This record gives sequence, structure tokens and C-alpha cells, in this order.
Amino acid sequence: MTFQHVLFIVFGAITLGGALMVVTRRNVFNAALFMILSFFGVAGLYVLLEAPFLAGVQLFIYIGGISILIIFAIMLTRDMMNPDLIGRNSQWIAAAVVMVPLCAILIWTVSSHDWAAAPGPVPENSILTLGQALVDQEGLALPFEVASVLLLVALIGAVTIARER
Amino acid sequence: MGPQIPLEWYLFLAAALFCIGAYGVLSRRNAIAILMGVELMLNAVNINLVAFWRFLEPGGAVGQAFALFVYAVAAAEVAVGLALIIATWRTRETVILEDVDLLKG
Repeated sequence: MTFQHVLFIVFGAITLGGALMVVTRRNVFNAALFMILSFFGVAGLYVLLEAPFLAGVQLFIYIGGISILIIFAIMLTRDMMNPDLIGRNSQWIAAAVVMVPLCAILIWTVSSHDWAAAPGPVPENSILTLGQALVDQEGLALPFEVASVLLLVALIGAVTIARER
Repeated sequence: MGPQIPLEWYLFLAAALFCIGAYGVLSRRNAIAILMGVELMLNAVNINLVAFWRFLEPGGAVGQAFALFVYAVAAAEVAVGLALIIATWRTRETVILEDVDLLKG
């Protein structure tokens, strides 16, 4: 049991515990706060996986951006704060009955495969490699631009849909 | 120093996170809570992508780059989704998906 194992268990518990609270809390605002906690746990896992850039992006986009958007939407639609609302629909038992075996099947499938052992350390310039691959015409420049156009279209669409008429 | 945690641990964790998120999508009534379930599922996918990058091809960039594309798609999805929820709230005064039945015959 090394320090890394302890960190993995701590971040994994934060992630899964937060996620469980997200899907079970009746108050949507509380659920959103637990979702932020869960995202933080995922950022910790990225640090453990030696992907510091993605950990930072996780903090900026998920905790800084998406969570704030969701909290704004909760504030704009006050009805959700009503504690009398039932949080789950009539099919929640069926959903649990499907999801628990699905999780078991996934875990069984993963564990029945012999995975490669950990390779050596990550090259020191991994962020440089990532940045160059994203603008390399032989590499990922086209998907990168398509993602940019998708974001632009989505944001214009969001403004158009949500605009007061 | 390489990672001391086996790849399976990350895959197990991502599988559990994905199933929890999918359960949230299937069982919640609030539209925003359903969106939060989708975000959890996308995070599970991203954990898998980064873990495979770290364990199978740490010298390459594709794993991390695809995680970044997932971020872009997640941001687009949440922006459009929340705009739809706010538009629905304006016209129907509800965020409970079962009450949104405009297309019901």
C-alpha cells in the first residue's frame, strides 16, 4: 500500500461518493454541489495518471464552467428548489435493476482481460506533444477545427433557443 | 517512476461511475438532474481515455486529444441542453420531463 494507492482510493471515493449523491439527492441544488465534488475527484485521478493539463482543463471547464452553467439554470428555474418535488420517476427500480448487472458485467469483462503492465514514465514534453498534435495537419488539426465549429454552432444555438421573444 | 496502480482499477472506477450516471439519467425527473447524469457518464469515458493513454501509449497524444474533444462536446451539449430547459421553463413553467408532453397526441 503506497502513497499512490491511498491517493487513488481517496479520489476514487470522492468521485463515486459524489456521483452517488448526485443521483440520489432530492434537492437539485445539493446534487449540483456534489457533482462539483465528483468532478474534483476526477481531476485528482488525472493528476495520478500524470496528465496535469487535463486536470487543469477539468478544473476550468467542468468545475469553473459547466457547474456554474448548471447552477445558473437551477436558479433560473426556481421550481426545482421545491423540496416537495419527488426526485425520481416511476421507473427508478427498473433503472437500478438494469444498471447494477451492467456494472457487474463491465467489471467482469475488464477483469477477464490481461491488461498490460504500466509502462515507463510519461515523457517530460507530453503537453508539447499534445499541443503539436492538435495543430498538425497530418495529425488532429481537422478534428480540432471541427470541434471548434461545433462549439461555435452550439453556443449560437443556445443563445437563439434561450433568447426572450 | 511509473504508476503503481494497475489499469484495471481505473477501468473499474470508470465502469461504476458510468453506471451511476446512467442510473441518474434513467431515474430522475428533473431535466437538469438528467443533464448532470450525462456529465457523470462523460467523465467516466474521459477517465477511460486518459487511463488507456497513460498505460498503452504515454508517448502519443491521441488519448489526451480525444479527452479534450469530449470536453468540447460536453460543453456544447450542456449549453444547448440548458438553453432548451430554460426555453421549456418559459413556455410550460415546468422542468419535470413527464410534464413536457407538447408532442403527445
